[in-house]
Amino acid sequence: MKFSIYRYDPDSGGRPHMQAYDIALEPTDRMLLDALVRIKAHDDTLTFRRSCREGVCGSDAMNINGRNGLACITRIAELKEPVVIRPLPGLPVVRDLIVDMSQFFKQYNSVKPYLVNHEPPPEKERLQSPEEREELNGLYECILCACCTTSCPSFWWNPDKFVGPAGLLQAYRFIADTRDQATGERLDDLEDPYRLFRCHSIMNCVDVCPKGLNPTRAIGKIKELLVKRTV
Amino acid sequence: MGLPVRTFDAVIVGGGGSGLRAALELARADLRVAVLSKVFPTRSHTVAAQGGVAAALGNIEDDNWHWHMYDTVKGSDYLGDQDAIEFMCRRANEVVYELEHFGMPFDRLAGGRIYQRPFGGHMREYGKSPVPRACAAADRTGHALLHTLYQANLKANTQFFVEWMALDLVRDPEGTVLGVTALEIETGEVMILQAKATVFATGGAGRIFAASTNAFINTGDGLGMAARAGIPLQDMEFWQFHPTGVAGAGVLITEGVRGEGGYLLNKNGERFMERYAPNAKDLASRDIVSRAMATEIKEGRGAGKDGDCILLKLDHLGEETINRRLPGIREIAKKFANVDPVKDPIPVVPTCHYQMGGIPTNYHGQVVVPKDGNPEAAVPGFFAAGECSCVSVHGANRLGCNSLLDLLVFGKAAGERVIRDLRDDGAGHRALPKDAGERTRARLARLASQKDGERVADVGAELRRVMQLHCGVFRFPDLLQAGVQKLREVAARAARTEIRDKSRTFNTARVEALELDNLVETAVASLVSAEARKESRGSHDRADHPKRDDANWIKHTLWYKEGNRLDYKPVHTRPLTVESFEPKARVY
Repeated sequence: MKFSIYRYDPDSGGRPHMQAYDIALEPTDRMLLDALVRIKAHDDTLTFRRSCREGVCGSDAMNINGRNGLACITRIAELKEPVVIRPLPGLPVVRDLIVDMSQFFKQYNSVKPYLVNHEPPPEKERLQSPEEREELNGLYECILCACCTTSCPSFWWNPDKFVGPAGLLQAYRFIADTRDQATGERLDDLEDPYRLFRCHSIMNCVDVCPKGLNPTRAIGKIKELLVKRTV
Repeated sequence: MGLPVRTFDAVIVGGGGSGLRAALELARADLRVAVLSKVFPTRSHTVAAQGGVAAALGNIEDDNWHWHMYDTVKGSDYLGDQDAIEFMCRRANEVVYELEHFGMPFDRLAGGRIYQRPFGGHMREYGKSPVPRACAAADRTGHALLHTLYQANLKANTQFFVEWMALDLVRDPEGTVLGVTALEIETGEVMILQAKATVFATGGAGRIFAASTNAFINTGDGLGMAARAGIPLQDMEFWQFHPTGVAGAGVLITEGVRGEGGYLLNKNGERFMERYAPNAKDLASRDIVSRAMATEIKEGRGAGKDGDCILLKLDHLGEETINRRLPGIREIAKKFANVDPVKDPIPVVPTCHYQMGGIPTNYHGQVVVPKDGNPEAAVPGFFAAGECSCVSVHGANRLGCNSLLDLLVFGKAAGERVIRDLRDDGAGHRALPKDAGERTRARLARLASQKDGERVADVGAELRRVMQLHCGVFRFPDLLQAGVQKLREVAARAARTEIRDKSRTFNTARVEALELDNLVETAVASLVSAEARKESRGSHDRADHPKRDDANWIKHTLWYKEGNRLDYKPVHTRPLTVESFEPKARVY
């Protein structure tokens, strides 16, 4: 099977380039990650992140034939050859398929992605009805792979100012949590021409999310809450 | 060569559940703490846990910690230490409620309390019938737990060293642990992280088997580091084979499927677990279910075109329940098994999943080794928690959802103990020995200069093949002996691997070569320990000694790298406050 893979090693002094690989796969190689691991067995200089190989850890996000996705749950059989693999767009490349995710995590951290509740915790669990808990579905499952944020043109233009879909999804995850008491502060923080309002509903995020989540909808709900509290 | 040194009060190696729980405890104590993780913390393998965390909350039916303790002792096949098991089960509610307070998105019951589901081996009234004890967030409990703990650490301002790999333990001539050497993967820089307390939370080593539910990163790094520094590894013959890994792919299908009412079928459509465990059936403990499945396959009743798998049926639960309680399983089955479980059963096989053994600790998380007649002398400055440790609460077989409980309880306990030790210790840092970085330097220099060596991938594949063939669900004396010999060859080959990648920047080839050293220590410890244990107990099943031998083998194995030798130490059969559970025949 034929691949064309982005290569760059700052240590070598060479320029970034696409390298062609033609590799015989085994019948057990079903996902793109299997193929990459097989290539690496022959050429150990090929560099990429990977861990769980089942789509829950978020390590192996990359741009596959022009589309962001996780290598470990992308079926080889469904890919057009040569398979063109590049690092996630919009973030600095460290080496080969590895990007520097600092900016992505900085934005994630900026939404204070943790529960804020000023009351002393009860002896047992805080109560939450199944319906209230249901509100967190489609939000808490995010694996921080950055497929969405790095497919978003608004993030490409303003990575330092626009929170991006992944961060905003998590912002709403805590706004939507009945146990959280910081909704006001969270909305204040996002009421900003850049942090939230750079989202123009392009919906690339929804299109690429490997977990089938919908950041655009979460962003819409935040906007709704902002409107509600002004009227 | 003197490596650069950075100094902390405590260094935690590993950013999974136990490392993050320990870090959270230390963050409250105003200590200078570094948490090292080879991957971004939420990529740690805790993220893949699915079914739940065990705690006798009793939210659905009556339950209590003593029943849970009984189940865990029985599940361990009486090899677990009963003081540690009592400690864990008594603290279960506390750590689960805390997690909820941190923001964990547990599923809920109508009254607003945490949802619980039945799980293998968890029973009411000392083994009577299954009880819902697994506190769950759909089938993504590990993901929800790990993200919640990471978020709580963000709130607490924990200092992370992300994509740093610890390479070797630093000890002084008295044996005190003074920190680790570590590689910053992105820059290739190596340094010593010196600390008064070093906590290993490095997870398991399931990657020593060819068919494994484990992530690529589960290479036993903590075990390798400990073994090279003269610390023995405990009970390494006990590896859990999870009954339901997706056939061919190895990806985990939670026991929660059976907790929700799914069951296993052979090729004749027979619900065969009724024959092996008439009472608990498909919710018997994992060692028993895995052996039953392997027996069905061996005796020609396996399903699939090659008769080499078993079918996990859950379509009768209905699409709504599957979508609500098992959405991740539906996703995995579609992706990795090409079946939609709403309509068709999932082909599954027993798959290596969890290491019951590890670095010997007590229930305070202190690493303990035999010294001057004391079988369990604490190693000053050294702690371990989670899968890399052997407390031992799991003994010869772990119960499902006791692993998430283990990492919470003992991550926290280790943190508490570190705080106490550092508070009582007015002294400064001990001097680093002159050769503190020597072992690491030698390993890196060897790798950098190796010529005509073998590829890391080839040696690793051979190691996994040997373990799979020689140390699986059923074990045979001749295969075990031959396996020990073969691993000797693998170890020799691993000592002369060669990497082509010489870059300093994010050199994953180097990382994989260094990981291979740790896989080798783990595999050798496992096979040598298994070869020597002449009985069948829990997950260790020998054809030549098919029965449990309580007269001779209620003892923990200790494997030392130096001299590849074994030692044994007594099991703690006395709990902390209650009566002992005496060994009896294990029937489910």
